[in-house]
Amino acid sequence: MSLSLVGISHHVAPVELRERVALPLERAALLARALGDAVCLSTCNRTEVYLADDDGSRALSSLEELAGEPLRSVAYRMHDDAAALHLFRVSAGLDSLIPGESEILGQVRAAFDAAAPGPLLDRVFRQALQLGKRVRSETAIGESPASVPAAAAALAAQVFGDLRGRKVLLVGAGRIGELAAGNLSARGAAITYIANRTVEAAAELAGRFGGAALALDEVAGRLSEVDVVLTSTAAPGLLIEAKDVPSRRRHPLFFIDIAVPRDVDPAVHELSGCFLYDIDDLEAVVSETLAGRRVEAELAERLVVEEAERFREWRASLDVVPAITSLRAHAETIRAGELAKLSSLPDAERQRIEAVTAQILNKLLHEPTVRMKEAAAEGGGSSYAEAIRRLFGLEDGR
Amino acid sequence: MAEALFWPAILGYGEAAIAYSSARYTRLATWGVRLGWIAQTALLAVQAARVDGFPWSTWAGSLNLFVWFVVGAYLIWGCQPRYRLVGLTVMPLAALLFVVSRVGGGTAAGERSHYGNLFLTVHVGCVLAAFAGFTLAAALAVLYLAEERRLQRHAPDILRLKLPSLVVLEKLTIRTIAVSLPFLTVGLAAGFVRLREQGDSIDALMAATIVTWFVYAGFLAVRATGRRAAHLALIGFALVILARIALAGSHF
Repeated sequence: MSLSLVGISHHVAPVELRERVALPLERAALLARALGDAVCLSTCNRTEVYLADDDGSRALSSLEELAGEPLRSVAYRMHDDAAALHLFRVSAGLDSLIPGESEILGQVRAAFDAAAPGPLLDRVFRQALQLGKRVRSETAIGESPASVPAAAAALAAQVFGDLRGRKVLLVGAGRIGELAAGNLSARGAAITYIANRTVEAAAELAGRFGGAALALDEVAGRLSEVDVVLTSTAAPGLLIEAKDVPSRRRHPLFFIDIAVPRDVDPAVHELSGCFLYDIDDLEAVVSETLAGRRVEAELAERLVVEEAERFREWRASLDVVPAITSLRAHAETIRAGELAKLSSLPDAERQRIEAVTAQILNKLLHEPTVRMKEAAAEGGGSSYAEAIRRLFGLEDGR
Repeated sequence: MAEALFWPAILGYGEAAIAYSSARYTRLATWGVRLGWIAQTALLAVQAARVDGFPWSTWAGSLNLFVWFVVGAYLIWGCQPRYRLVGLTVMPLAALLFVVSRVGGGTAAGERSHYGNLFLTVHVGCVLAAFAGFTLAAALAVLYLAEERRLQRHAPDILRLKLPSLVVLEKLTIRTIAVSLPFLTVGLAAGFVRLREQGDSIDALMAATIVTWFVYAGFLAVRATGRRAAHLALIGFALVILARIALAGSHF
């Protein structure tokens, strides 16, 4: 059984090309089924087809058809252990744009579930999924945020712990503010107020997050009601000055200012119970966490190599499986033939003999079976299998 | 037998103290804490079984019991992989005090105390349980101050070397003190009863313990929060240290 891979990814193809071959899950599954024993993994960063016992030419043609142009210069083709290693790196998040991102594991699972893979693909994908989980549980590769909006939410959680029930005042209805608010909301925080220069834009966003829209001049009056203030306006001057901030000795107030020029007076950071992070602080945090991810990626690579070795051993053992099966069947036929000659014995005695002969057979064949599998793992399985076939006169069609 | 049980216990605690320094070995560290604590529990049980009376009446013996309370309290309150740095604060201290206890003979079979069993169990047991709680609260307070400082200094590694959040640390500190203070109250009350029966006078350790009680009672009365709560917890702990180590000789 051979494994092949044909695909393109963000490493080799620009987004204009990737978007043409990107397929929704149902269409990816249809393509896989049309190609036979195959699994098609299609995300915004990659479209890859994994095939069993196929050289990948038809899969490449299908992708070229989708792209509307030849892909030979950008598509990668891999076989057997290299293809498995690639899939393992993909599921571990090591081949992703942001190392360790967790979304890919769900996408690999979905592609696998949507296809109808044979034993080889079933095995390699199950291993890949287990490895993906293992990498995320045994390394810290996916624990830290990899973007400014995600870091802002993670820092808020570092102050308050659980963000459920925490109130957020969002100042500015721009894209980056919206993303950060989305991250805070995903952690359970309530986007209570949204203030903007144009109240209509605030109202539109408030409709999405379920908060109330405010005008910018109402912001100072609401500071005592919230736990997190997230600002991202294009205002030329400060919107929140230190004198606007109420005393927060008992409950911390966390300011995230991702606006340039800044919206919040830096002196706010000196106030008791107040913490202020601006865009530079957040970028420093992100840069540090990405560096941490790279360190963890080295550990993850080791797990990937271990898994690839396990897959290689399993594949190699397939060389000797038919010979082992034939040998056992041959021995069983002999045993059954001899037992048939004892039909005149009483049942109890006959059953004892059956049990004893079965045990002898198992003990006798155990060592050769183990040795053949070991030899297969070391690459010498086929010569052992051939020797067994010749010595015992076996025929398994291989 | 009792002496032999010291080794698996200190191995567990020592392993935990070292393993907590890396996020990768947190699970190993947790198992070290658990197994060490089980071994120390067995050690205390053997000590109790071998002596016809209360075997922890010496300063070293009570330190042994104190370490058991500290690690027990840590197991209940903070022994979670995500609170690795709490372990890194508590376990080296526990391991060190356990070794000190052994050097002082506190892990060997003790001698029968001249105090009654019930009195000692209530008095020493409750005071040590309270002190263990205050020790844990102090560790949490240190972590609170460290985390607050990192947030104020915008430490870039704040999400990489993670401590529990400020609010969680504050809550745990307050709860630990709230649970520990009643133990100290009962322990002190038992001590006063004995003092009255014997007609003895208050010694330096007793005075320090009474002041400790007032500090922690004040902590709860003023509903301290934030940095002030952390500072008060540390002042209380300084008194605990004074009572446990510096003044121990005046009492036992």
